[in-house]
Amino acid sequence: MVGANNKPEETDQPEVMIEVSVWRGDAEAGGFRTYHVPSRQSQTVLDIVTYIQRNLDPELTYRFACRVGMCGSCGMTVNGKPRWTCRTHASQVISNGKLTIEPLRNMTKVKDLAVDMTPFFDKWVEAKGAFVPTKTRHDEIEAIKPDSKERRAADAAVECINCGVCYSACDVVAWKPDYLGPAAINRSWTLVNDPRDGAQAERLKVLASDAGCSNCHSHQSCATYCPNLLNPTRSIAGVKRRVMVAALKGEV
Amino acid sequence: MTALRIYMAQRISAMIMVPLVFMHLGMIIYAVQGGLSAEEILGRTRGSIFWACFYGLFVTAVSVHGAAGIRVIVTEMVSLRKGTADLLTYGIFLLLFVMGARAVVAVTMP
Repeated sequence: MVGANNKPEETDQPEVMIEVSVWRGDAEAGGFRTYHVPSRQSQTVLDIVTYIQRNLDPELTYRFACRVGMCGSCGMTVNGKPRWTCRTHASQVISNGKLTIEPLRNMTKVKDLAVDMTPFFDKWVEAKGAFVPTKTRHDEIEAIKPDSKERRAADAAVECINCGVCYSACDVVAWKPDYLGPAAINRSWTLVNDPRDGAQAERLKVLASDAGCSNCHSHQSCATYCPNLLNPTRSIAGVKRRVMVAALKGEV
Repeated sequence: MTALRIYMAQRISAMIMVPLVFMHLGMIIYAVQGGLSAEEILGRTRGSIFWACFYGLFVTAVSVHGAAGIRVIVTEMVSLRKGTADLLTYGIFLLLFVMGARAVVAVTMP
């Protein structure tokens, strides 16, 4: 039982401990270090990492911000699978009382559990993931019907929190580091479906490039691990269709 | 060759192959069930423009599809320069095409 101050209440029961192996090191070298963390009710993986840093090893480096699944900062590899740690309950992932926590893959390690996400975000820019307006504030607001095919396609993909979990899960990114990846193409797909956007031709050219959508094998790891239950594979399939039509018309 | 062209070549060749594979399987079952001998089969295929075109198209589609697929797998596993990857793709296409064309010629030439 846990008291109001998040400390175990006095009981005769021995405290249950979790054996946690945490990857420590940097881009050059590193390995696993084992810690023993007391089990708590409603404990998240991020709670465990925080416990280690505050009570056992203050040099442990990791990244988090909101703790409620909004900011996308706390992505880590937990028992071999990429996850958002703030909303992953330890009880769901602990296997035989053990937990392994590593940094996200496909990104350069900075230190311990923190990775360099710069290339991940650079690819969002490269994939023309920013809205390019075609109107000024003096123009009429363009009406977008909520039930239109384009709006529904954009809605299905728009709730991405940039956590990098799909990018880490993608085997094609591991094999081809230049590949834009599921998150960037998923973001572009929302804009491909935005009739107000003024960069459609340029965007399709990037999506049709050697780094673009044709690299995706539809393994669906991105859809499997996306914490927000998005389906980037479906977005990429939509991009492939648009790009194929554009290619047949000689536009890309 | 761009990644998109290779992607499109592989998808279009796959679309061509789908009906051809079913027709090919159907023909095998028909020939086996009917108890046709090799001579009887060759008697029907030799000199037939239809079967020459059918298997000629099949072999071409397989060669394109296989070459594109192997290129993708190899470039994901090994770091290759684009020129080398192009050479590999053309080489695999030629190998598959020549092997397949030899069989088509043997079965359909009068």
